[in-house]
Amino acid sequence: MTHRAVREPAALAKAPTGITGLDVMLQGGIPRGRITLIQGASGAGKTVLALQTLANAARDQHEPGIFVAFEEQSSMVMENAASFNWKLNKQAGKQLFFLNAQPPVAALQSGGFDLGGMLAALDVIIKKNGAQRVVFDAIDVVLALLSDPVAERRELYRLRDWIHSRAITAILTSKLSATGRPSERSEFIQFMVDCGLTLAHRVETGVSQRNVRITKYRGTAFRENESPYVISATGIDVSSIPDRRTGLATVSNERLSSGSARLDTMLGGGFYQGAGILLTGAPGTSKTTLASAFAEAACQRKARTLYITFDSAVPELVRNMKSVGIHLDRHVSGGRGTGYLRMEAAQSLMGSAETQLQTIQAHALAHGAQCLVIDPVSALTRGGNEELAESVASRLIDWTKFNGMTLLCTSLLGEAAASVENSPLRISTLADTWLHLSYQIRGGERNRALTIVKSRGTAHSNQVRELILSHEGVTLADAYSAGGEVLIGTLRWERERAEAESRHRVEKDDRVRLQLLVSEQAQLAAQMAALQSLLEAKGEQVAQLQEVRTHRVAETAKHRSGVKRRRSADPVPAAPRVASR
Amino acid sequence: MKESSSTYRFRLYVTGNAHNSRRAIANLSQLCDLHLADRHHIEIVDLSREPERALSDEVYLTPTLIKLAPGPKAQVIGSLHNMSELLDLLELERKS
Repeated sequence: MTHRAVREPAALAKAPTGITGLDVMLQGGIPRGRITLIQGASGAGKTVLALQTLANAARDQHEPGIFVAFEEQSSMVMENAASFNWKLNKQAGKQLFFLNAQPPVAALQSGGFDLGGMLAALDVIIKKNGAQRVVFDAIDVVLALLSDPVAERRELYRLRDWIHSRAITAILTSKLSATGRPSERSEFIQFMVDCGLTLAHRVETGVSQRNVRITKYRGTAFRENESPYVISATGIDVSSIPDRRTGLATVSNERLSSGSARLDTMLGGGFYQGAGILLTGAPGTSKTTLASAFAEAACQRKARTLYITFDSAVPELVRNMKSVGIHLDRHVSGGRGTGYLRMEAAQSLMGSAETQLQTIQAHALAHGAQCLVIDPVSALTRGGNEELAESVASRLIDWTKFNGMTLLCTSLLGEAAASVENSPLRISTLADTWLHLSYQIRGGERNRALTIVKSRGTAHSNQVRELILSHEGVTLADAYSAGGEVLIGTLRWERERAEAESRHRVEKDDRVRLQLLVSEQAQLAAQMAALQSLLEAKGEQVAQLQEVRTHRVAETAKHRSGVKRRRSADPVPAAPRVASR
Repeated sequence: MKESSSTYRFRLYVTGNAHNSRRAIANLSQLCDLHLADRHHIEIVDLSREPERALSDEVYLTPTLIKLAPGPKAQVIGSLHNMSELLDLLELERKS
């Protein structure tokens, strides 16, 4: 007796859709040799999505495919394909077969029918072109003609058996009612398929928002959350959230200049490459100027930079920056400049935050940007709800990090909010470096002040600096701290001048005193020299005198002994010695 | 069987032994026998044997009946289960 070992099911083969974000959600693609359902209300983009996967497979994997149209005319479907920029070459185009299975408009119906003729026709095509993928577009339309739930199920089972026996990777598309309540039909299809995608199209506060969600996927893990998508010139683009644990680009230790030498010093060398930088402040606090200085510095390093401006037109911005010594015109592409800088004006009311994110990403990739400036990122909240804008902003940071780009976002803060330094978008927590600009009103002046709220991974100054704009650009000045108060503007200047004056006075006094001392010293030295020579002269006199005296004593003694000898006297003791000096 | 201008010419596309196909053949034969005795011609195309015909004739739902003559072409999809309805659809005169 033999036991048949329970076979481990082979890893589910997946067929990529070729839509990056969707393949991330599906963790590889749709099930190969199985059935995937795309549901959605009309206008959600079901047909485009299905056709796009077919076109991608033909182009990227040389997998021939068949598109079976039950609703639109084949020619119209093909026109759709041509209007999208899918770069289908002739070869790939030949691998796609369009089958118009729509019943003729004039056809009448009497009684039940089946899809047998269509399946027979598909077998013929598959034999010819070796198709591995088939899309059945608007399967619900043909099923509705049956007007019999039992017959509908029978045909669906027939279709499923046909697909499975030929190991075809199939996609069915089916309409969902606008109310969102699933019909008996859609529930059954959902039950029968191996993988289900639902496209939702909502309009929130006047802004169109599209989301795709995986409703089921037999035998594999998948991301359950909704993901936004847009329909653009290149078809459907699903936003993908790179995995934060593994997806990040290599961390860089390189520092980039902020465009202001003083600010670089405050930041301990500049921004990190690949950092997310947030620049907040009230209107008119020079956010744009600082952002432009950063962009200019990047271009001077020959780093390709994309500048997205929501608030002003590009020529206007370039002119304004020129007045403060920032020459964006030298780098802007399209002109006579170096071409490192690409500037795009975005209308903040055009499209949802999602669409804008995709547009920004497309521009950045097209330009090969290493640095990205969004001025201001808070414009994203204007079109649509804040929740979405927040998710978009955080995905923007993730995306730039993933691509190793340095991102600088400015963000508008109301005057009232400025004091509490709260950022309207949560990105302040995601940002690596957060600079805040504010006004200080004192002594009848409004002056700009800059603080570093945070800067991850860098030692940074905790002092407030005054920001000064001049023809030479942006400079930072030390704020004067006096008696626990920070003085800037004229007050700082006055204080600085007073300080300088008193320093000058003290300096002068010291110089005079020093001169005096030096001359006194010289005088003393001269006196000392004179005395020294006097001393030496005295010494000589003493020596001379002693010599004379010694000689005389000796002479006297000789004379006396001579007299004694002559008189024969007895000897006398020697006379006591005279100390010299 | 003599073919004249008044002869009804039909082509019926079926797939093998499928239930609806068998019923369509039976229903059409019955209708012709009752109403078009000696003035009809039926061509049956079995797409399971001649699948290329589905592509060339663009017939994908089976059974499909095409009235080729007389008059304009007419197409009916389905098992043709309702005879009086079919007569109306084909604009056939009813045998009183």
